[in-house]
Amino acid sequence: MISEHLVDLSRLQFAMTALYHFLFVPLTLGLSWILVIMESVYVMTGKQIYRDMTKFWGKLFGINFALGVTTGLTMEFQFGTNWAYYSHYVGDIFGAPLAIEGLMAFMLESTFVGMFFLGWDRLSKRQHLGVTFLVAIGSNLSALWILVANAWMQNPVGAAFNYETMRMELTSFSELFFNPVAQVKFIHTVAAGYVTGAMFVLSISAYYLLRKRDIGFARRSFAIAAGFGMASICSVILLGDESGYEVGDVQKTKLAAIEAEWETVPPPAAFTAFGWPNDETMETDYAVRIPYLMGIIATRSIDTPVTGIKDLIEENEGRIRTGMTAYALLKKLRDGKDTEENRAAFDKVKDDLGYGLLLKKYTANVTDATETQIKAAARDTVPPVAPMFWAFRIMVASGIAMFIIFALSFYNCAKRQEYKKPWLLKLAMLGLPLPWIAAETGWFVAEFGRQPWTISGILPTHISTSTLSADSVLNSLIALVVFYTLLLIVEMYLMIRFVKQGPSSLHTGRYHYEASAERS
Amino acid sequence: MVLDYETLKLIWWLLMGILLIGFAITDGFDMGVGILLPIIGHSDEERRIMINTVGPHWEGNQVWLVTVGGALFAAWPLVYAMAFSGFYLAMLITLFALFLRPVGFDYRSKIDDPRWRQTWDWALFTGSIVPPIIFGVAFGNLLLGVPFHFDDMMRPIYTGGFLQLLNPFALLAGIVSLLMVIMHGATWLQVRTLDSLEWRATQIAKGSSVALLISFALAGLWVAFAMDGFVITSMPDPGSAFTPLLKEVSTRAGGWMLNYQQYPWMIAAPVVAFLGMIAVFIFSQISKHGLAFISSTISVSSIILTAGFSMFPFLMPSTDNVNHSLTMWDAVSSKLTLEIMLFVAAVFVPLIIIYSFWTYRRMWRRLDVNFIRDNKHSTY
Repeated sequence: MISEHLVDLSRLQFAMTALYHFLFVPLTLGLSWILVIMESVYVMTGKQIYRDMTKFWGKLFGINFALGVTTGLTMEFQFGTNWAYYSHYVGDIFGAPLAIEGLMAFMLESTFVGMFFLGWDRLSKRQHLGVTFLVAIGSNLSALWILVANAWMQNPVGAAFNYETMRMELTSFSELFFNPVAQVKFIHTVAAGYVTGAMFVLSISAYYLLRKRDIGFARRSFAIAAGFGMASICSVILLGDESGYEVGDVQKTKLAAIEAEWETVPPPAAFTAFGWPNDETMETDYAVRIPYLMGIIATRSIDTPVTGIKDLIEENEGRIRTGMTAYALLKKLRDGKDTEENRAAFDKVKDDLGYGLLLKKYTANVTDATETQIKAAARDTVPPVAPMFWAFRIMVASGIAMFIIFALSFYNCAKRQEYKKPWLLKLAMLGLPLPWIAAETGWFVAEFGRQPWTISGILPTHISTSTLSADSVLNSLIALVVFYTLLLIVEMYLMIRFVKQGPSSLHTGRYHYEASAERS
Repeated sequence: MVLDYETLKLIWWLLMGILLIGFAITDGFDMGVGILLPIIGHSDEERRIMINTVGPHWEGNQVWLVTVGGALFAAWPLVYAMAFSGFYLAMLITLFALFLRPVGFDYRSKIDDPRWRQTWDWALFTGSIVPPIIFGVAFGNLLLGVPFHFDDMMRPIYTGGFLQLLNPFALLAGIVSLLMVIMHGATWLQVRTLDSLEWRATQIAKGSSVALLISFALAGLWVAFAMDGFVITSMPDPGSAFTPLLKEVSTRAGGWMLNYQQYPWMIAAPVVAFLGMIAVFIFSQISKHGLAFISSTISVSSIILTAGFSMFPFLMPSTDNVNHSLTMWDAVSSKLTLEIMLFVAAVFVPLIIIYSFWTYRRMWRRLDVNFIRDNKHSTY
């Protein structure tokens, strides 16, 4: 059997590398469009200051982009290095969007990003703007394909198990692409990226305005960020991806966990605004409930019930029992008893094979599981509730705080008052960490909430790993943490240094700190 | 689509070869430049010239590697799973080396301090020299066979250690790969630099082409006369879907040479590889630098084809249980996935080649010290 230790370490390594990667990706997604906006204004008006803005924010974009690429490489390697059984079991489906991402998106983005930095005097104005645009399109298409792959883990459609090859195989590419979870995830995630880009520019511009330096430069940047941020935060909130939680088994479980909804209650359910979910007693201590609200948020209706955790566990227990039958039949088929009859029997129950595999955590043979083991496996199908409950609330609270900041900034920009209001500028500066907090907790809700599965209902996390020693994964985990942290320190150092220098880092002679500076 | 499964499997074998060649000839020269950075770049300005010859392109070039990884995952998931988890430590070392490149290129010029820049020079050197050596060593081990097998659930199990990957033949293969990248990088620098850098690059190109020729010939003799190759003795219909567990394989001395007897036209690959190396030497000698770079590109491509032709249809032979060896017949994705991915590749690979060419053409010029001095703050 696979050691618990190996599974935990592999999960920790994946979580760590993904969370690191996700520090850089949202900023790339958002900042790339802000660069397109700034450069478009430059091309349309011919005003030098917009060219400087594109170049300066582009410099910061580059510092961030380098680590996005670096940490992204790990993700590309990691499925193979640490999740070899997963790679075999679902590579036929999961590999496709990853490969398409490389061919269609990442290649585009990376080929032109070099031209963006170094092509200013080799390209015409319009050509350069085109290059910037292609970088933005590339990074967004990249997100699309990664999220198509990710959404398939949450809601595996368009695929079927093949007992001859012992893996899942693609049955419909269009179902894979038009997976409803993929659609909502894509919108929600890229919009969150736009918010990140906007907040980044807004906060740093606010810093210049507070310091009363590079006013013209900072006010223009602030205005673009406020407008772009306002539109983006509205999309994130209105098109939150909980709307994708109606489809797929794991998604329903996540929803119940997020809301600490232990029992199925008659619709519309109440929303637990605050409380302490207790996994042992299966109750929420100190709960503060707001009637009706949850049903409306989760199901966008007042008459659809939200299935509670206890019912989900009971339902899953039944599926585990069917899964045991499926596993026994699979063994027969693979041992050469490949008869018409066995195949027909297997086809009837094979959808629950994954639930049978959950028992692999407790017994290698699956079919000999005891009642206690079956109950334990059924209990495993719901992730720990408290972390889900709180992570979700932190994400939402950050989102609301950002909405307030963007709304105030946008309103004051429209009134041309923003640079005169130190409280607003301070507020905008304080908002800087919010998009990252929201993005990381959001990632946590989506992926921790998927446990105990790597592929919802199909493949348990527990058997997805590579056959490695726990020590080698521990060593690589430590090495990655150390190395990533060093790189992050270097990145932060450069970021802060260039933010402090501001547009004077372009050496145009027009900005603060420069000898000939005329305060623009 | 009208193609049957067997044909699709064959096309994907070719396509993976094309992607791998794309990686070797694009990322190959910028890794070569990275290796030569501390060797022929004598001053900060010279090193900046070298870095800026690849500055606008390395990022796109590296995506060929990412694409090879993704395509491997999609088309040959078993190879992706087995190779990456089996060669765990080697893969991680490669990964850590690759980490140093994006930051090295992007951060080096950001601060004008000799120690800062020297640190990144060594980072770029390490990030450029380690991957080609490891890829070469890995390829050497593929030819020798790798200790792995599958259990009845098709779980890949690697039974070897890291140190046994470092055997004499594999190290020779690592040297071939390293010299190939150095030659390629040197011919690139010949076309893109001037004066003393150009002269030094020419010397390196000549030297490395000779060394490559010798080591490639040695490796060839070793494979032909001192190594067991793998041969399929029976397997299910290649047009059907089956796992690697269902075929029979045997090993025999000189087995990797059998394809050349059966399909004599394949001999063209090693022959062209050798001719390419000779051409690199001659064209460098007579200062036809563009032709030297083209010859190098052809030679690098042919070296990879030679390895592929020798092993066909094997991708990753097993020494634990020869029957479990991975081949392009049985380590492959379903028919539908291959069809869809072929369609995607047929659209995007040509498109990538077209737009990449455009960027190369736009940025094409020889760089010298004046270029660095004029663009101190806007270049790498």
